[in-house]
Amino acid sequence: MRREEVERFMDKTAPMKEVSIVLCGEAGQGIQTVEEILNSVLKLSGHNVFSTSEFMSRIRGGNNSTEIRVSSQKVNAYVDRIDILVPFSQSAIQHLGERVTDKTIVLGDKENIGGGNGYMAVEVPFSREASDIGSPLYANTMAVGVILGLLSGDLEILQDYLQRFLGAKGSDVVQKNREAARRGYRIGNDLRRSGRVDIVLGASPEVKEEILLSGTEAVALGAVAGGCNFVSFYPMSPSTGVAVFLAQHAKNFDMIVEQAEGEIAAINMALGAWYAGARAMVTTSGGGFDLMTEGLSLAGITETPIVIHLGQRPGGATGLPTRTEQADLELALYAGHGESPRAIFSPGTIDEAFRLTRRAFELAGAYQIPVIILTDQYLLDSYYHVPSLDLSNVEKNGHLAKTKSPYRRYELTEDGVSPRGIPGFGDGLVVVAGNEHDEQGHLTEDAHIRREMVAKRLRKLRSTTEEAETPQLVGTEDYRDLVIGWGSTYHTIVEALQRVGRDDIAFLHFAQVYPLHRSVEDYLTRARSVIIIENNATGQFAKLIKLCTGIEIGHTILKFDGRPFSVEQVAEALRDHAEVK
Amino acid sequence: MEPKVYDMGDIDIAWCPGCGNFGILTILKRSLAQLEMKPEKVVIVSGIGQAAKTPHYLKCNVFHGLHGRALPVATAIKATNPELTVIAEGGDGDMYGEGGNHLMHVIRRNPNITNIVHNNMVYGLTKGQASPTSQLGFRTPVQVDGVFLEPFNPIATAIALDASFVGRAFAGDVEQATEIVKSAIVHVGYALVDILQPCPSFNRVQTREWVKEHTYYLDESYDPHDRLAAFRRSVEKERLPLGIFYVNSDRPTYEENLSVYKENKEPLWKREVDIEKLREVIKRKRRM
Repeated sequence: MRREEVERFMDKTAPMKEVSIVLCGEAGQGIQTVEEILNSVLKLSGHNVFSTSEFMSRIRGGNNSTEIRVSSQKVNAYVDRIDILVPFSQSAIQHLGERVTDKTIVLGDKENIGGGNGYMAVEVPFSREASDIGSPLYANTMAVGVILGLLSGDLEILQDYLQRFLGAKGSDVVQKNREAARRGYRIGNDLRRSGRVDIVLGASPEVKEEILLSGTEAVALGAVAGGCNFVSFYPMSPSTGVAVFLAQHAKNFDMIVEQAEGEIAAINMALGAWYAGARAMVTTSGGGFDLMTEGLSLAGITETPIVIHLGQRPGGATGLPTRTEQADLELALYAGHGESPRAIFSPGTIDEAFRLTRRAFELAGAYQIPVIILTDQYLLDSYYHVPSLDLSNVEKNGHLAKTKSPYRRYELTEDGVSPRGIPGFGDGLVVVAGNEHDEQGHLTEDAHIRREMVAKRLRKLRSTTEEAETPQLVGTEDYRDLVIGWGSTYHTIVEALQRVGRDDIAFLHFAQVYPLHRSVEDYLTRARSVIIIENNATGQFAKLIKLCTGIEIGHTILKFDGRPFSVEQVAEALRDHAEVK
Repeated sequence: MEPKVYDMGDIDIAWCPGCGNFGILTILKRSLAQLEMKPEKVVIVSGIGQAAKTPHYLKCNVFHGLHGRALPVATAIKATNPELTVIAEGGDGDMYGEGGNHLMHVIRRNPNITNIVHNNMVYGLTKGQASPTSQLGFRTPVQVDGVFLEPFNPIATAIALDASFVGRAFAGDVEQATEIVKSAIVHVGYALVDILQPCPSFNRVQTREWVKEHTYYLDESYDPHDRLAAFRRSVEKERLPLGIFYVNSDRPTYEENLSVYKENKEPLWKREVDIEKLREVIKRKRRM
């Protein structure tokens, strides 16, 4: 393609300060490896990176894609826009559909880049060059090199990374990958110098030192900081990664990670572990959580703490097993028969995923209740970097009481919390029962005791409500319109509002959806209109807010196609909303 | 230690007069007393059913959880604190029906726990339906034509899965049953003891007399280390053998396999999160 043709595709008025790169290919082609290397190398070069992936439910074939946003400013949300697309399969362009526009530059092997109808196709002979080095497998590293060259990144950092990343596989593998990186880098560099792609990214030295994490890793590390030492689970996307990460670090952290025979076993194991003095977590998704609900009810009546990570994906039944949704809020809220308190966190950022998972252990331990961390595939499979994680005042296996005989596990107290003993710590006998029980834990059908025990358990809701996370207001205090969101939509809504650019609109983000902080009502009544944004079909959080405050939220922006909201989509919906009024 | 150490005093017991569970309660107290087990070091985990109420009737730590789920709870308690003596207790419906899947996997894991199953071949608490071990032809208000499902054979199943200890006892023979239960508790690894127990309210077929007529004890010449011989005995139908069918002491326990106990034997509750190690992992994520 000639230069003048290129210019037709490119807006040459200003160089790009932020670029959205999409890698797309079949499952099994190593796209996640490219993502991993690029994320690291770009971050170590001082660029802000954010990446997120969408998958098809298969091991090989199909099309998966990963978006990597590289920018001078922090941008941690999914956009539809694709500036550079690297297709690794012939059907990749088709898979991405309308996201490929006349602003998109498609780089790749001839057979994968198509005819360039409606986008700019630039042939890069990945396969040939890779085969030339020794194997088509080197095409991935070449792609990393090309992108780094395009962004005028530091090749040395990539070469160093390859040594660290692949060193265990022997020097031949390292050398060949380095060669692939070099060749790719040269191609990218040439492309940039030819003026075909004009990207000027600022680099910030402080970014280099930041902590690069996925949502999955943030949940897992938060669990460690919360003192988690027992994980039982049954594999289920998108929640499995948390258990995988912890299994790999289990020896380091004195942790038992057990793959149970099913989710029912998993939650019962976790309850047994807490009973005996461990701090346990289960990690699951909707269908697995369904199976755990009787265990959740048991946790409630036995007042056994439990931390449940519920990574949402679209249901019902198997639904869209590798995709994303926020439709399990009501499930988390109402699961389990009977009435007892619980708390539900809905982290929207990497920081929150870490902080609130840690907090979940503290809260579960303090009030002897189930605490659910409600994430989703989008958050779990997104990566970006944060300056720090809070490790101060980490709780040292708190809230255990040394028992004296006779010990009353369910001693009636003012706040409903009875000192929690464990077997083998003190002289008391620790008796817990899923039947209604007296203060000693033994079975009773006495109506008076039943009333007292139900009330005791429910009293714990007072303190947990007192301690609920304050919703976070983004934007002006003097808002006319208020946007509500919870969980993983945080960054998307923030960026969309920046694009909309109105100074009379603010965003209220909920990182805890139950119990609700008491400030909610005041925030809502101050708004002229309230718009809620949820990745589900029925506005579950809007319904919960109405239940808790009596306030009906008039406007909903809902999405339930298994894909996350994009910044463009939210911005457009908010603009439409403004016009309608 | 005297069995009365475990007595709860004057409590209301929910079992019918003549229930085999009384015998099992005595067997349990005697076994624990004879083994000098302190009540505060013993945890009995149970599911739901008349048998699963047992732990409330003796002095011990109790986790009385969900129907069918005693085994995963017991496994985790033992894994969290190997210093405790952990017994999972329940009936045939609880352990072999609702919780059947856990039976299979607890045998694979081989935690050092004892599993006592009160087997009366009928559902008691729900008033007389067939259980997984109900015999062919057994009539109930639900199985109106008589049971036609092949009865579950826990002994054969456990041996087939190479369970590390498999025994069967009779609740009506407290002395012999106590010996079997004691061996099971002392055994290092998962131990299943299926205890035949008459149900005077809902099973008028497998009565105390029936059990006496349809069982015999494995004699001293029997070698419980021979798995094939054990399996042969386990499928006998005319008269059911009682005693220790099978022992495999070569299998490491679940706890022994856990990395947390390779060097440090302390239970998990005595340990604290190592924040320095966490800092180190996070630091590595800075270099990523």
